[in-house]
Amino acid sequence: METFKEIVNFLTNPKILLILSVVMFAAGLIFIRFFTKPIVAIAGAAASVVFFGLSMTDENFMLIVAKADNVPIVMMVVLVGFFTWLGMRRAVINDQLMEAGQETMERRETKQKVFVWPDLVYIEFLAIILCTVGLIIWSILLDAPLEEPANPTRTPNPSKAPWYFLGLQEMLVYYDPWIAGVLLPGLIIVGLMAVPYFDPNPKGNGYYTWKERKFAITTFLFGFLILWVTLIFIGTFLRGPNWNFFGLFERWDVAKLEALVNVDLSEYFWVIWLDGGRPTNPLLRELPGLIVTAGYLFLLPPILAKTVFRKFYAEMGPIRFNVMIFLFLMMASLPIKMALRWMFNLKYLVAFPEYFFNI
Amino acid sequence: MSDEKQESPGAGAEASETPAAPEATAVKRPKLVPVKKAVPVKAPSAPADEGVTRRGLFSALGLGWLTFVGASGAFLAASTRFLFPNVRYEPPSSFRAGLPSDYAVGAVEERFKAQYGVWIVRNQEGMYVLSTVCTHLGCTPNWLAAEQKFKCPCHGSGFRMSGINFEGPAPRPLERYAISLADDGQVLIDKSRLFQEEKGQWKDPASFLRL
Ligand code: FES
Repeated sequence: METFKEIVNFLTNPKILLILSVVMFAAGLIFIRFFTKPIVAIAGAAASVVFFGLSMTDENFMLIVAKADNVPIVMMVVLVGFFTWLGMRRAVINDQLMEAGQETMERRETKQKVFVWPDLVYIEFLAIILCTVGLIIWSILLDAPLEEPANPTRTPNPSKAPWYFLGLQEMLVYYDPWIAGVLLPGLIIVGLMAVPYFDPNPKGNGYYTWKERKFAITTFLFGFLILWVTLIFIGTFLRGPNWNFFGLFERWDVAKLEALVNVDLSEYFWVIWLDGGRPTNPLLRELPGLIVTAGYLFLLPPILAKTVFRKFYAEMGPIRFNVMIFLFLMMASLPIKMALRWMFNLKYLVAFPEYFFNI
Repeated sequence: MSDEKQESPGAGAEASETPAAPEATAVKRPKLVPVKKAVPVKAPSAPADEGVTRRGLFSALGLGWLTFVGASGAFLAASTRFLFPNVRYEPPSSFRAGLPSDYAVGAVEERFKAQYGVWIVRNQEGMYVLSTVCTHLGCTPNWLAAEQKFKCPCHGSGFRMSGINFEGPAPRPLERYAISLADDGQVLIDKSRLFQEEKGQWKDPASFLRL
């Protein structure tokens, strides 16, 4: 049991966990036919239940899971897993049907139309009642956690956002508040709204498919499953006092010491690589970071358009392509910055603390 | 496509229903008659109104809008006024914090954290005052004496005893407040004057009390 816990603690080191989830994500999509088999899913679900049950015997894990705040997270993990699987399974079945020259499942279903009233309204009504009943029972069984009156001098340690914002809070560790709190969330919302406008491809409208929309599905699921759900998981289970990382079964020790001396790129460049002092002119000081950032945002898109994404560029045209690639690069910047922080202790590429502007 | 198909038989059915149910329409018709009678009564006045209607209508509309805009403006002004309280219960921005000899060398005094939001640090050379607001997003860090650092519980920023940021996302050091000696020998702290390291303001003698 102890070795099992040790192994899990090791695997839930965030660096390893994130790499693992990316590998699992890739494997899930590459071997999609295998993973969408019901028997595989049942085996996976059973394994997760066993793992969850075993974990419950650990007091440190129990402390987190049994917190009334965290109950929705367990539900979320289960629901996200199930519905992602369901969607992918239907996609695989549809792909096979279309290969055989047959109609998709959805096409067949929608051949027969039903009325909004009563058929749809009836279902909605039932759903409303069931949800209300569920919420009432839940609120009776679990009390809302009320804490002591707010005191500006006693910030709870760790101080956690509501569970659905823990991904954002994790983002704040790697970015300036303006970027992680305003720019990126805004881009997520605006970007998702913009998708139908820059994506004119009608494939996949109204039916599940994987073969026809590999890039779109991979990108979306990466953003949602890895950069949102996994970060929520990390924020809930692995972030402890002083916002240090803790293994899944590790005791939340307030005195855990972790030295994380972070360094800006300007210091790496001028002090460590060039062996000199940092220039006093802020613009000159941040020049390396500015060049890297500009290259990432302005040089990379045309290069990608000429190489990997040549087909997309031809289909979408310059404006749509550039909007798409901008959003894509902004999304990709999060894992890039996380990796830079974890591997090189790099804090900011561009840092103008004088003007509250950091990248 | 199929929606239209379903609609059209429905519409046809309604159309065919009306002649098929003469009784229903017969009941309705007497009700309609008084309305029709009422219209001719109004009719004589209608042409007289028509000449005025255009101008009258627009001036009435204009007046209505003006009233609406005025009322909204007044409401907005009242709400804005409401944001600025008549009385504010804030601690005075400058206060006395005892004699320098009350402070142990190399220690962080947390006594004034709750009331004034400051840490007072005494080292070999003198004393300085740090703000308890994290420069990342404004949480209140904790002083960890064992590790000799301020550590923020929100995103893990760490600051050395001097206030310099060295870990986590905080982009700049903690801010310092003005400190001096009062006539009675007590330490006088003025929170209305801020000193930011990244702007070179820590070199200002007012930010550090040499002892
Ligand atoms: S508020 Fe202190 S680290 Fe974010």
